[in-house]
Amino acid sequence: METAYLIETIIKIVVILLVFSALAGLGTYFERKILAFMQRRLGPMYVGPFGLLQVAADGVKLFTKEDIIPTNVVGRIFKLAPVITAATAFMASAAIPFLPSFELFGYKVNPIVSDINIGILYILGVMGVGLYGPLLGGMASANKFSLISAARGAAVFISYEVVTGLSILAPIMMVGSLSLIDFNNYQAENGWIIWSQPVAFILFWIAAFAETGRTPFHLIANDHEIIDGFGTEYSGMRWGLFFIGEYANMFFISFVIPLIFLGGFGDGSVMGALALLGKMAFFFFFFLWTRAAWPDVRPDQLMWLCWKVLMPIAVINIVITGLVMM
Amino acid sequence: MFEAIAFYLFAFLTIAMFYITVTTSQALYALTALAAGMIFISAFFFILGADFLGAVQIVVYSGAVMALYAFGMMFFDTTREVQEKKGNQYLVVGLATISAVLAVLIFSAPIISDNITALYPVGTHGNTQEVGMVLFTKYLVPFEVAAVMLLVAMIAGIVLAGKKMDESLTLMTEEEIKDMRAEKMRPKDLK
Repeated sequence: METAYLIETIIKIVVILLVFSALAGLGTYFERKILAFMQRRLGPMYVGPFGLLQVAADGVKLFTKEDIIPTNVVGRIFKLAPVITAATAFMASAAIPFLPSFELFGYKVNPIVSDINIGILYILGVMGVGLYGPLLGGMASANKFSLISAARGAAVFISYEVVTGLSILAPIMMVGSLSLIDFNNYQAENGWIIWSQPVAFILFWIAAFAETGRTPFHLIANDHEIIDGFGTEYSGMRWGLFFIGEYANMFFISFVIPLIFLGGFGDGSVMGALALLGKMAFFFFFFLWTRAAWPDVRPDQLMWLCWKVLMPIAVINIVITGLVMM
Repeated sequence: MFEAIAFYLFAFLTIAMFYITVTTSQALYALTALAAGMIFISAFFFILGADFLGAVQIVVYSGAVMALYAFGMMFFDTTREVQEKKGNQYLVVGLATISAVLAVLIFSAPIISDNITALYPVGTHGNTQEVGMVLFTKYLVPFEVAAVMLLVAMIAGIVLAGKKMDESLTLMTEEEIKDMRAEKMRPKDLK
């Protein structure tokens, strides 16, 4: 039994790693195409049919580029930082049920690496640790712009973790468990949580943009300075690891939002599984849509939004939920 | 068997990380090793089946060490090595004696360990519920005292930092900022 469990877990881990590393690459293709569509351009179109092989070309470029370690950087930390981003993104996925359990050749497969009973807390905690990637990268780079962007990134992450945690507390109070599978089962019986917790849903969604560092809150990389923030000094596959981490995080958060608020995979039928993938695709698309439609906000506006608007609303939401439940 | 392997692996990693924290003269190495050590400690909670505490360890300490990084950013050029002042030579003797006594105590503890039994506060409901039950019944007073202390710290922080909270440098024009600086300098010049 233990050997079977071990083999099953290792296979699951390898599958998740391969699928989401590949999806991170494909995600860049979708991002370019969608941005191009919204900005009246064509996007990648020369390499392969519809420019699909652009992903492979970019991969070859990243893997074969020279790995430059500039002078004056703190070597070991500089090399470690991208690994932290990519590794924590995939570690967080251990508690996400990607599909309902299904039978494969008479063997019951649960598509979740480990159904620990504190799933959400674990996911948010490990995603929070992911911040060490940009922070260490920026601090070790011996580059002032990298350092500033790392400081800004740290401020944003620490602030918005408060909003994420508080906003998710109200649904947790309703379900009475921290496991995403329990969330799913609760919603299969009692209807989607979004209908009873619309405020928490909006807050969590907004905070998800800050957690993944996507465009309205894209302060960790400064587009307006025409450099890449904490990643300025990185090249080749080390920069690629930051990239994979960011996109894997986007995919995982796009799974987590429907699982918590939008019914997840429902009763576990094939339609339910497809619906979960559809919801995930919508939230991923929304990340790209926002990037095309919204400008970045200023750091002080971001802090104002977090501490003076979102956090009080989240606290009031918790109090009201508690009163109603009593 | 897996538990034993995991325990020795994480025990080694934790001690190695904290050793680096103490001995290195490079601020970034020390902070990173500290963060890594804190996260490796959570592995022990997971091995013991205290999932909730393990996750809380990760959340709380990763955030706390982050604040230390912020201080590191403000006080040092973190890419240079820190020159430490060598203090009193007798300090080494004192610390060595204390650690020797501690080592003896730790290794002699199993001799009396038959008398030591764990006190489990409540039965098994699953981790999160258990922590909640204990926190709001048996340890309610320490919990509330901690809450009051945090409130005091928060108010003190606001009082210390919040003197000019209604002014925002980013929303002011250059002239306004200049006027404000001049205003601030005037009492000093009079002295």
